[in-house]
Amino acid sequence: MKTICLYFEIHQNIHLKRYRFFDIGTDHYYYDDYENERSINDTVEHSYIPALQTLLQMAKENQGYFKVAFSISGCAIELLENYAPTVIELLQELNETGCVEFIAEPYSHGLSSLANEDSFKEETMRMAKKIKELFGQEPKVFRNSSLIYSDDIGSTVASMGFKGMITEGAKHILGWKSPHFVYHCVQNPNLKLLLRDYKLSDDICLRFSDKSWNEYPLFADTYMDWIASEPEEEQVINIFMELCALGMFQPLSSNILEFIKAFPACAKQRGITFSTPSEVIEQHKSVDALEVAYPISWVDEERDISCWLGNGMQREAFNKLYSVADRVRISNDRRIKQDWDYLQVSNNFRFMTTKPSSWNMYRGIYDSPYDAFTNYMNILGDFINRVNSMYPSDIDNEELNSLLTLIKNQGEELEVKDKEIARLNARLKKLSPEAEPKKTTRKASAKKQA
Amino acid sequence: MKVLMFGWEFPPHILGGLGTASYGMTKGLSVQPDMEITFCIPKPWGDEDQSFLKIIGMNSVPIVWRDVDWEYVKSRVGGYMDPQLYYDLRDHIYADFSYMYVNDLGCMEFSGRYPDNLHEEINNYSIVAGVVARQQQYDIIHAHDWLTYPAGIHAKQVSGKPLVIHVHATDFDRSRGNVNPTVYGIEKNGMDHADCIMCVSELTRQTVINHYHQDPAKCFAMHNAVYPLAPELQAIVDQRKPSSERKEKVVTFLGRITMQKGPEYFIEAARRVLDRTHNVRFCFAGSGDMMNAMIEMAAAYGIADRCHFPGFMKGKQVFECFRDSDVYVMPSVSEPFGISPLEAMQSGVPSIISKQSGCAEILSNCIKVDYWDIDAMADAMYALCMYPSLHDYLQKEGKKEVDGITWEKVGQRIRRLYDETIQKCK
Repeated sequence: MKTICLYFEIHQNIHLKRYRFFDIGTDHYYYDDYENERSINDTVEHSYIPALQTLLQMAKENQGYFKVAFSISGCAIELLENYAPTVIELLQELNETGCVEFIAEPYSHGLSSLANEDSFKEETMRMAKKIKELFGQEPKVFRNSSLIYSDDIGSTVASMGFKGMITEGAKHILGWKSPHFVYHCVQNPNLKLLLRDYKLSDDICLRFSDKSWNEYPLFADTYMDWIASEPEEEQVINIFMELCALGMFQPLSSNILEFIKAFPACAKQRGITFSTPSEVIEQHKSVDALEVAYPISWVDEERDISCWLGNGMQREAFNKLYSVADRVRISNDRRIKQDWDYLQVSNNFRFMTTKPSSWNMYRGIYDSPYDAFTNYMNILGDFINRVNSMYPSDIDNEELNSLLTLIKNQGEELEVKDKEIARLNARLKKLSPEAEPKKTTRKASAKKQA
Repeated sequence: MKVLMFGWEFPPHILGGLGTASYGMTKGLSVQPDMEITFCIPKPWGDEDQSFLKIIGMNSVPIVWRDVDWEYVKSRVGGYMDPQLYYDLRDHIYADFSYMYVNDLGCMEFSGRYPDNLHEEINNYSIVAGVVARQQQYDIIHAHDWLTYPAGIHAKQVSGKPLVIHVHATDFDRSRGNVNPTVYGIEKNGMDHADCIMCVSELTRQTVINHYHQDPAKCFAMHNAVYPLAPELQAIVDQRKPSSERKEKVVTFLGRITMQKGPEYFIEAARRVLDRTHNVRFCFAGSGDMMNAMIEMAAAYGIADRCHFPGFMKGKQVFECFRDSDVYVMPSVSEPFGISPLEAMQSGVPSIISKQSGCAEILSNCIKVDYWDIDAMADAMYALCMYPSLHDYLQKEGKKEVDGITWEKVGQRIRRLYDETIQKCK
């Protein structure tokens, strides 16, 4: 029996303001509040609210049959909390129907997975905690910013305890294989991979209202026919897209919501079910390991990371940003941490792309990639100065790094010792069950202090 | 196809961008096998490259009949013109100009520059053009810039051949809107008579349509191009030191220091950069009526020690200047095209250009700012000096881009317009 795994990404960029080099050192506020409020309200009004209401209606009408998954970036949550809390309430209401799964992603929607493993883990765990707070779910499945995935990232994600990960069914990775199966990470078979069917997904989020498309106008029963006509053994259809696709990329006037609304009925007729990513992972065995040596993503025709790190400018900005990752992680300054999240957002790097396909793309307040780079670097200059001023200037980066390693090693050492103590305690208990417990505790704590 | 062109400058003796553009365009056109170009200039020097076109010096075209012998003519004009052409032209004198001031060959003298009696010189040029237009055989007339429009009109009236005029600049660009009515009159008259108007950019085309009230259907944007650097110039550029050895960054302005070029915005931006950093120098290469005002302005801001005014540069000096520069800035208030950013990018100098310049329409690997946006300009200068990846990217990609903009391609587009115009006028 075929099943559709429907998943939406909710992410909004935090727009940076125009920041000149002479502001470095004098102005530590980097954000364009007006643009942020305008763009989030625009998206909420035209996309999030109507789309979520439709999904809510679908969930209520098909209780237990219709399933959907979401991931929300930390930036989007903060923007929504500030400007449009109704969206969060809607999500909570959806959550109460029991048909929704929330998926974890890096808090900042940034590229930390490619730069700094510790920062990546930290922000992912922070996001998982935030989801638990808001929706009471503990995410079992992970998706990286823009579905970036490689073998190394997979093994890091598996080490954090996730059971599955969502990524792109990129043609150059799959080759003749079909994305309609569950695969697993080559470095850790415990991490299952769900691959996006880019054809069926883009039919909705890219081409739905395109009048020059030969399938226009697309109806839900045709769409379900396509899915039903896939070979019998191909059972998992992963349709992943941004939530903005409903209402922004495809305007409401194209009746995209009516199209989505017809999904459950049309699917039911053809014996197709809906599942959340966790259910898919539980119910399906992996057919093969998937080897991804170089990172892939769901962006552009290349499906790689070239739209963020394709040119020298992007790489300079990226390297400079993550050069202070460790210093930021061990600091306690809340404003620094917040700025760190916002500066990592991958959109900042995307604005700097010079790929030929991108000349007419949306660049926020910038009119060229050079403009985007200059502005970002100015802000980064100020940010790095602030980070560095938190540490004594006579400690250089290497020294700090070695101190960090020392702390880390000692932490590991303590962990080993703790385990040893526990083991010894257990043995002690076994040897002399009547021994006074007080004595051992004192012993253990004494050891710990040492 | 035979083209009769009227121009004012031709390399190597040039005073501005017009000469360079005339050379490039004719050379690009001459690649086409059936193209014959006759180029009229007021005063040839004899060292012009005549391998791909024929040059007629207006100062050796007789307008008054004089009985002179072959040897004498040869000794006078032989350096740049076949003496036989003198006699052929003499047969086409069309009126009695003996009241005019002429020399012993019956010719008028031209300065070939932009003298104070420019209007007189323009008028004389068109009188002489009448003789040339009667003697020469051609399919189309092409007049470059307003100085030669009257000559073009004259030739059109004599021969009935279609007239193409090439707008390299308008008086609206030169004067920031305060046009000289006489110049405007000449320009408008030329455009009214033209069968096809080629403008060096869309910006100029819009000016021609909106301020000279021309039919958009006969106005076309014909962007300029550049020639690959000559080996000796390339050698100069290749002497550039690697950035690691360059302790101080040099930001260069190159052009006439006049109102049109916006030098004061450059100083304002320089001041903002120098407020923050000290290892940057600013170079004003060029001369002009605002030079002294600019020196005073730099002094008033207390940045005179960082601003340098080496004066007018030509030929090799321009490329020596590019070789030692890290950033090129063209803050023109209104620039019909602006060929120098292309030359800078060819020499591996990233450019900052104003959005109000025509070349901004065809360049993408450079930084574009509004000329009045001093903060943005300063920011771009600072970024190019401080962030090596941006500098490297624009250096490499900019050169690549400019290398793809060739006069041969422009020549083909001009040829298509010639053909269409001739067809239309039949």
